[in-house]
Parts: sequence; C-alpha cells; structure tokens
Amino acid sequence: MSANAAKRYPEVWRRRTPGETLAGWLWIAAAAFATAWSVSALDIEWVFFKDAHVQAADLAERMWPPRWAYLPQILAPLVETIHIATLGTAIAVVFSLPLAFLAARNTTANGFTWAVGRGLLVASRSVNTVIWGLIFVAVFGPGPLAGVAAVAARSVGFLAKLVAEAIEEADRGPVEAIESTGAGTGQVYLIGILPQVLPVLIGTTVYRWDINVRESSVLGFVGAGGIGLQLYASINQFMWQQVLVVLLAILVVVILSEAASAWIRGRIS
Amino acid sequence: MAAAPAGAKPPLLAIDKLTKVYPGGARALDAVSFTIERPEVIAVIGSSGAGKSTLIRCINRLVEPTSGSVRLGATEIVGLPPAQLRQARRRIGMIFQEFNLVDRLTVMENLLSGRLGSVGFLASFLRRYPPRDIANAFAMLDRVGLAGLQDSRADALSGGQRQRVGIGRALMQDPDILLVDEPTASLDPKTARQIMRLIGSLAAERERPALVNIHDVALAQGFSSRILGLKAGRLVFDGPSAELTPAVLTEIYGAEDWSRTIRPAGEDEEGA
Repeated sequence: MSANAAKRYPEVWRRRTPGETLAGWLWIAAAAFATAWSVSALDIEWVFFKDAHVQAADLAERMWPPRWAYLPQILAPLVETIHIATLGTAIAVVFSLPLAFLAARNTTANGFTWAVGRGLLVASRSVNTVIWGLIFVAVFGPGPLAGVAAVAARSVGFLAKLVAEAIEEADRGPVEAIESTGAGTGQVYLIGILPQVLPVLIGTTVYRWDINVRESSVLGFVGAGGIGLQLYASINQFMWQQVLVVLLAILVVVILSEAASAWIRGRIS
Repeated sequence: MAAAPAGAKPPLLAIDKLTKVYPGGARALDAVSFTIERPEVIAVIGSSGAGKSTLIRCINRLVEPTSGSVRLGATEIVGLPPAQLRQARRRIGMIFQEFNLVDRLTVMENLLSGRLGSVGFLASFLRRYPPRDIANAFAMLDRVGLAGLQDSRADALSGGQRQRVGIGRALMQDPDILLVDEPTASLDPKTARQIMRLIGSLAAERERPALVNIHDVALAQGFSSRILGLKAGRLVFDGPSAELTPAVLTEIYGAEDWSRTIRPAGEDEEGA
C-alpha cells in the first residue's frame, strides 16, 4: 500500500464474532430447556391455578378483621424473638472474629489452618437457620436456647466470611509499619488490622441482626422459641384472624429493625 | 534515651554482600556492602526498581534477604528467629512514603504504636501504656509540631501532618537507626523540604543515623551528608554529597543533562 494513498478504515464493525453470537443463543436455549425440564419434573397440578384467585380471596376474607384481642398474648413471644436474634448475633460476633482471622489468607497460620477456617465458614453458612434450629432442639430441647444457638451457628459463618474478606483487603501499609515497630503478631492484628475492618464488622453485625430478627420469627415452627410457635399454632387451628395479627406484628418489628440497622450502618465511617 | 556508648565499637550498621533475589528471579539487590560509622543522614538514590526499597526493607527484614549480612551494632539481623527479630526491630525506626498510619486510630494511638514492641498484648488492647511513654508521646507531638492534635483521627490530617506522625511513631521506639522510605514522594515541594529538615534535625538531636531513600536528587544532596547510589541492585556510588557530579549521576541513572539538577557547591539553603 502506498504511503500517500488515503488510509481506508473498515465500515463494518460487529460487537461479536458469529461464533460468539451462536454461543449466546445456545446459552439462552439451555436456560429455556432447564426451565421446561423443571416444570415437567415438578408435576404441577395446573387445575389449582384455575381457582387460586378464589382461594386467595377466601383466605383474605377469613383473615379479616384481625383479632386484636390476640395481641397481648403475642407481645411476650415477640420480645423473645428479638432477644433470640440479639443474643444469637452477639455470640456469633465473639466467635466470628477469630474465625475470620483464621479464614483470611493473609492472617492464617498456614494452608491447613486456612482450610479449617474456610471449612467452618462453609459448614456454618450452608445450613439454614431453621435446620440449625432442628438440630439444636434435638441437643438442648425445645425453647429459646435452641433458637439462640441456631441463630449464632448460622451467623458465625456469615460474619466471619465478610470480615475475612475485609481482612484480606486491608491496607498492607499500616500492617508493615506496625510489624516494623517490633510488635508481636497479635498486636499487629489488633492495632494494624482490626481498626481497618471494624466498620465492616459493625456494619455486617447490625445487618445480620436485622436478618436474624426475621429468621427468628419462624424458628418457633421447629420449637426453637419465639413468635413462630404462635404463628404455627394459629395456622394449624385455622385461626386466620390471629395469623393476620401475628404477621402484622412481625411486619412492624421487621420494619423497625431494618430502619435501626440502616441508620446505624449509615453512621459508620 | 541514653546516647549510645561512644568508643571503638562495631559500626552502627554494617551491610555485607546483601543480596535479594525475588521468586520471579529478579535480582533486586546484588552484593551490596557498606557501613554506617557515625550518626548522619545518608541518602540512597537510584531509578525506580534499582532496589532502594528492597535495601531498606531487607535491613529490618520486612523483606527476607536471600543472602548476605546485616549487623545492627553487635546484632546480626539476618537469620534471627522471630522473637529476637522483633527485639531487633524495636531498635530500628521506619518511616514510609504513604505514612502508613492506622487511619481510624487517633494521632496519640498511632504515636504510641511505636511502643508496641515494649508492651504486652493486653496492655495494647486496653491502650494502657506506661506513663513515661505517654509523657514522651506528648513531648514528641510538641517536637514534630502537632501539639494539641493528640485526639484527632489520623485520616483527618494533611499529608505533611501525617508524615510528622509517622516520624514521631518511629522515634517513639527510641531507635538506634532510622530507615526512611521515600518520605517526601507523596508531599508537595515545600512540605517535602520541611519534612526532610525535621528528619535531619531529629536524627542530629538524637545522634542517630538515618538511611533515606529518595527520588529527588536535589533534596538528597541538600539534606544528606553522604549519598549511596544504586543501579540495578548494585551499589555504584558511595561518597559525600558534595562529590555527586554529573558523571556520577550518569553512572547511576544513565545519560541526561544533569547540570540543572545538581546544586553548585556552597549554595546551601537553610533556615526556617
């Protein structure tokens, strides 16, 4: 090509190659197939859809008006629900901190301790709070203690995972500076790293507490204390007007805890 | 704060054939040897990647040297087991380019963190430092020009103020030597001069040597009495600041017009 000829630029530009376009369509086809498979495998009774709106309207009618006379009876379990969430979260914080340092690559002692830390994280997180509740009801017997243990067991992994990530992302500079003063390992963690991850620790703790208030409201289903017991009993007795009162009460508590959690997290700097 | 016993003792710092090869195979330091015999400010100059940071970090073993020897007074640092290494690190104060303060802690907590090597874990958790340390910290705050700022959070300070805290923290250790890594690279030219002057005068007051990595050749020459030149991990110059000639700079950095970089001898700027 001669140097003084006007340079020609392409007038066609495609974001994807034909191969990439084909791959995109194949992914969509795969998703459609997976959906169709799920529907057919679940053997859904489509006739139930026909009168679903009638059933829903009927349920709403049976719920209304809420039986406010039931409210005094559920105040104590409601408070108990919040206590379960709070105590469970507090216990989780205590255990999550050492676990986080164990599960963070830059603070764990070696590959083995890291694997142990990660294993504990996964074990805690992969089991639902209600399942933990079932397990601890078997251990401690029914009651709020099982609920507290269940909330703590599930929250430890949640808190430790997020704090471990914060530890791994902590600025290396201050850590280096504290190391160079001749501080011991524990002091390096305490002065060099902990202040850096404290906002994350406080923020996730408050957020987890808020989640735990919601989760504690169903722990009563498996006998692990709290308002869930009253909800479960009311449903089983078809006392729909009581069910509505319980649901409204839970709604108010959840809104309040969420607002408190958002407010506290907003103030952390 | 007793002065080091004078006499024909071993040098304050003796580096012998110090070599660092990083896992990738890069030879950051190649048989670097020098000694520091008296308390003075020694500037280490060289291009980026010449090994200045590695040299300083190998002395307190934030970076593990591959071979060679680092003697701080009578103590051989290379090969020290962890507990003794921590003991040795107490005697080495370090000042950083990015200040490396713990941002969310107060100025006082940052200053007192220089004492961590001498207090236990529980004491540091409860922030219960010995009364003498606290009095020294207040005096230090005054000395570095930050009196009254003890309760400010470190991240609320300006760059120059933060570096003053960094200097104070290093001196709180009452170190035998100061290692200073690019103390002015994050600062404006005027603040940079003030910081270099502060480091120089504190080192002189306490009769301690300071080994200062620095990019700015004019600052190096203005505030140090001796200069070490590193090139690709090798020590290519070791001499009085006054002997830094264009020929030497070409040896260290490569060919360039150096005539405007070097201050003509005698034009020494002091004051303030």
